[in-house]
Amino acid sequence: MILPTRADPSVIGKWWWTVDRWMLVALVALSILGIVMVTAASPAIAERLGLESFHFVRRQFVFLMPALAIMIGVSLLSPLAIRRLSVVGLVLTLLGLLATVVVGHEVNGAARWVKLGPLVVQPSEFVKPTLAIVTAWMLAERHKDEDFPGYGIASALVLVVLAFLVMQPDFGMAVVVGTIFFAQLFMAGMPTTWVAVLVVAGLGGVSLAYTLLPHVTSRIDRFLDPASGDSYQIDKSIEAFANGGVLGRGPGEGTVKLALPDAHSDFIFAVVGEEFGLFAGLTIVAVFAFIVLRGFYRILQERNIFVLLATGGLLVQFGAQAVVNMGVNMRLLPAKGITLPFISYGGSSLLALALAMGMVLGLTRRRGGWGTAT
Amino acid sequence: MSDPHERLFTGGLPARLANSAHLEGARKKAVETGRNRLVIVAAVFACAFVVLAGRLVHLSSMGDAGSAGPVAEGGGDISLARAEIVDRNGVLLASDLTTASLYANPLQVLDAAEASDKISRVLPELDRGELFSKLSAPNRFVWIKRHLTPRQQHAVNALGLPGFAFLEEQKRVYPQGNLVAHIVGYTGVDNRGLAGIEKRLDERLGAAAGDDGARPPLRLSVDVRVQHVLHHQLALAVEKYRAIGATGVVLDADDGQILASVSLPDFDPHRVDRASADSRFNRASLGVYEMGSTFKIFTVAMALELGTADLADRIDARKPLRVARFMIRDDHAQERWLSVSEVFTYSSNIGAARMALEVGAERQREFLERIGLLGRASLEIAEIGRPIAPDPWRKISTMTVAFGHGIAVTPIQMASAVASLVNGGTRVTPTFIADRRGVRATGERVVSDKTSQAIRLLMRLNVVEGTGKKADAPGYFVGGKTGTAEKVGAGGYRRKALRSSFIGVFPASKPRYVVLAMLDEPQGTKETFGFATAGWTAAPVVGRVIERAAPLLGIEIGGEEEEEPSQRVDPGRKGRQLASF
Repeated sequence: MILPTRADPSVIGKWWWTVDRWMLVALVALSILGIVMVTAASPAIAERLGLESFHFVRRQFVFLMPALAIMIGVSLLSPLAIRRLSVVGLVLTLLGLLATVVVGHEVNGAARWVKLGPLVVQPSEFVKPTLAIVTAWMLAERHKDEDFPGYGIASALVLVVLAFLVMQPDFGMAVVVGTIFFAQLFMAGMPTTWVAVLVVAGLGGVSLAYTLLPHVTSRIDRFLDPASGDSYQIDKSIEAFANGGVLGRGPGEGTVKLALPDAHSDFIFAVVGEEFGLFAGLTIVAVFAFIVLRGFYRILQERNIFVLLATGGLLVQFGAQAVVNMGVNMRLLPAKGITLPFISYGGSSLLALALAMGMVLGLTRRRGGWGTAT
Repeated sequence: MSDPHERLFTGGLPARLANSAHLEGARKKAVETGRNRLVIVAAVFACAFVVLAGRLVHLSSMGDAGSAGPVAEGGGDISLARAEIVDRNGVLLASDLTTASLYANPLQVLDAAEASDKISRVLPELDRGELFSKLSAPNRFVWIKRHLTPRQQHAVNALGLPGFAFLEEQKRVYPQGNLVAHIVGYTGVDNRGLAGIEKRLDERLGAAAGDDGARPPLRLSVDVRVQHVLHHQLALAVEKYRAIGATGVVLDADDGQILASVSLPDFDPHRVDRASADSRFNRASLGVYEMGSTFKIFTVAMALELGTADLADRIDARKPLRVARFMIRDDHAQERWLSVSEVFTYSSNIGAARMALEVGAERQREFLERIGLLGRASLEIAEIGRPIAPDPWRKISTMTVAFGHGIAVTPIQMASAVASLVNGGTRVTPTFIADRRGVRATGERVVSDKTSQAIRLLMRLNVVEGTGKKADAPGYFVGGKTGTAEKVGAGGYRRKALRSSFIGVFPASKPRYVVLAMLDEPQGTKETFGFATAGWTAAPVVGRVIERAAPLLGIEIGGEEEEEPSQRVDPGRKGRQLASF
């Protein structure tokens, strides 16, 4: 491979010397790990569904190439271009979300998907990064011009999205979107009193969901008291980690995936634990930690408030999904249908995360102090 | 609220009035606050990842304890690991196999009807209705099926039904199948011994509660090769003579170790549920039988030992013996005075009865007691028959016992009693265990060496020129005695239903092994001229067993026989007199 020199004036040349190569490597490594894990976990599921054994593996491959292309392509963009892309993206995904409510394609009792020709797309996956960028922009604008109703617009957008998500219903996704926005407000310098108010409001929202939405009630009940009902998936998941031990049972030797309906998506981390053992699990945790913390480190010196909030929001999304997914797998959090970024099977999830991390790579590129996006 | 950028949130008036320098300061401050908050968010994430890593380490180090939930619920149902059983040469007779057993937690089964449909399609032997009621019960644990094959396990897994899971269990396997089924026995679904050595030595073989230490294999005295020879020959004989059953024993004459013990019909220890009661019955150790003429060995030995008779003595066998309403007659009636050896070889009931009368009831009983024929044998097997002895022991009993009627013992007892007489006169205790020490040393003397020698000669003579000719295996100097007993039916003995047996020893000069074969209701064939008696049916079995087993046991063929046995036993007799018989 011929690396561009620092003097190379081309787009690629500039990109190569300004992009965070460490994070890029970590993200590519993560998606390769994802292929390995899906290969281990999914044949059991595919066979159970009467599909060809490597159905999911093949599809994951098919999605991986465009995903990497999107990630690198987006990382070539300037912050301004990323912002424009996100505005268009947000409009499209909002239309998509509307479509799920109207002509939703129902899977597992929730209408989260829209059919686009041969593709089944989950708009809520794409709403997370685009919304984060747009809210960051709004908050940044508010910093620039105190007359600008940034907080109002951002909050309204978030509320609309939350409403759509609760209607689907996709409570887990709603929590992620809420968390991103909360983190952005926090980083934007929201007064401590407001932080407290929002925390209370968030808890209120959760308790409201707990009282009003039966499936949320039961999930939280089961987390607090596993004996109260069916904690089957979680029990199996815990069993998987115990079975795997330090070195794992070996690729393909796991048995828990045979009994877990979502072994290739939401519970893939348990399969990793069983088949590849503690060290592989720790490696994955470490790679996620590296990506998130490295991202924060890169924006620590950032003077552009939009870049800071946008990147922060995207990193919170990525990190929160990883933490929640692994936490659920290890019974640290109540069961929630959230995918493990880049590892879990799922086309929409992979493409949307590639988009988000492409934005992070683009926003964290070293820039010569220009402020086109401010 | 003096912090300027806080006013951003309140949309306060002062910010709008601020000059541009102030605004610039506020923005700087905002970026500064943003950075500080960024560090806080990053720290939260760092903590979260550390917690995840810690939890991962914790879970991974739990080992299999993670699956302890259902195990605990299953309780004592889980089958235990057992020690292996091997033959004297280390050939595997019984071992544990880890299998998967399917259970369900009905509370986790989403749709009992669907689940029982699917399961009963994969495991057709299960009843759908029964399955449905099991799965609808408000339990947390029900067994669906124990010990699935890997193929079945895979099929069940492929259904992907929630609420179903497997437990590893131990299943006993018997690589030798039917061959040693009666000796080794079998275990139940929970791996507890239900028969044979598995039952009797359950404690030794199975792990006691709270003890999961590895157990050394249990080494039996059985030699699978000899067992096979005996099994094969008995099976051939059963087929040839259309017998309803057969049994046989090969026993070490010195230390009582049982090298082979066969009972036919037999059964597959893996499919005990399909075995008939008759095939599970161990004729060698549990069945007690009237042995018939082979008992004359004891009568003669007793008379010689107690000095009431001498090899040179003549005994009156001119006419049947009448006692009360019974008449004792000879099958091969010579109607003359017979020598002791002739009583033995002609198998004279009259002669044996007279010899026993000389000894008397009390001493006869004592003698039989001493050679272990009146009490239960102490064997390491669950199935041990209790001998049936006359009670009260009348005069007529003394006479019938002398030729093996009116007393019933097990074939293994019979073989070890003969061993005690021919091995030089020390009591032999039969055993199935190879590593039992010091048996030879503790064996008490039951007859003198001289008597022992005399019995060996008589037995050898009987094979050379008496009823046991067909038991001879050239070069191995077989000695033996035939016994043909009429079976007891309703209302007395049945003349046509015989139990033909032969008890042989070899080499007769210094016997190493005792071989017993018994056929239950053999039918005569053309070859045997219609005879079903022991000399025609059981004796050849013993001969062929010895012929085949002796080389395996390292007995050399040939060697020198001390002298013509008939000359030593009965010096006054003409050499080939009995050859015409």
